[in-house]
Amino acid sequence: MAWKLDSDRPIYIQLVEQIQLYIVSGKFPGGSRLPSVRELAAEAGVNPNTMQKAFAELERDGLVMTNRTAGRFVTEDSKMVQQIRQKLASEEIHLFLGKMKQLGFEKEELISLLKTDYKEGENQYDNESKPD
Amino acid sequence: MTTNQNRTEYLVEASALSKRYDKKSGNALNHLTLNIPRGRIIGLLGPNGSGKTTFIKLMNGLLTPTSGSVLIGGCTPGIQTKKMISYLPERTYLQSGLKVSEMVDFFGDFYDDFSREKAEHMLADLGINPAAKLKTLSKGTREKVQLILVMSRNADLYILDEPIAGVDPAARDYILKTIISNYNENATILLSTHLISDIENLLDDVIFIKNGQLILQSSVEEIREKHQKSLDAYFREVFAC
Repeated sequence: MAWKLDSDRPIYIQLVEQIQLYIVSGKFPGGSRLPSVRELAAEAGVNPNTMQKAFAELERDGLVMTNRTAGRFVTEDSKMVQQIRQKLASEEIHLFLGKMKQLGFEKEELISLLKTDYKEGENQYDNESKPD
Repeated sequence: MTTNQNRTEYLVEASALSKRYDKKSGNALNHLTLNIPRGRIIGLLGPNGSGKTTFIKLMNGLLTPTSGSVLIGGCTPGIQTKKMISYLPERTYLQSGLKVSEMVDFFGDFYDDFSREKAEHMLADLGINPAAKLKTLSKGTREKVQLILVMSRNADLYILDEPIAGVDPAARDYILKTIISNYNENATILLSTHLISDIENLLDDVIFIKNGQLILQSSVEEIREKHQKSLDAYFREVFAC
């Protein structure tokens, strides 16, 4: 698993985002048991305390929960996972729209461009989204 | 050490710690007052000649303070504190005529908290032949051996003075990962380096010193939040020449 981290933003926030992404994309499926903090910290090359802080945040939001004896699990609440998915999508769209605005695109032009590009790339995107 | 009743809250307490090497020179360390807690990975950063190594040597009892004091787990540096600290000096002290395995034996004899299994495991992972004589190894490989020996102890405080400077980037990643997965939760790692961008994701806290004085002690996440800069960029700003 690749962890991409910028060093100019708090690391725990970025870890929260990545773990959310892994949950939404099914790498950490609903109800599944998560690897230990130390394992994930070593994998991401971050301090275990920082990974712990990220999990505390995810627990507060209810996306992840701790069972005292059995470890840490992803929530089984698929509605909540769906909400996170929407949230992540709108954040990406927000960024995208900001950039398009800089490039001077209006709504109509942008939508038609999206449509043609999506059609051209359809096969490619389909292939990418297939699990290995 | 949980049964020790003298256990103080802080692992290291320096108060008005000063060191002057000779009468004509200024203070290498100038009234440095700071506390270092347990369970943290801390970067000790500052420009050349800022007093980092002087501070480290004082904690290890290799120098005596001109004035002020430094306590390790409540004790002045001595035999007791050397059991608590695993120290990687900036220059190697390994006997170049010895084999790697003999150095491992030596550490095993010397330190009660040394884990031979850990050391052998890391040597194997980095492809270092235990039968090789140290003088036949490259500078970087010798540094790896030394770091492996130091990290194979189960100490309260690891003090690493420039631990990764001569090590290639791939081995650097391995070593950092080893540090993360090996150190015990109550131990603190204090690490002095100029390779800030390589280690900044690893650090809890940072201590900036300059001209022997404390400039800043802060959590790294706080710096990123407050200044929206990487630690590396922030260091360059604070210490701009």
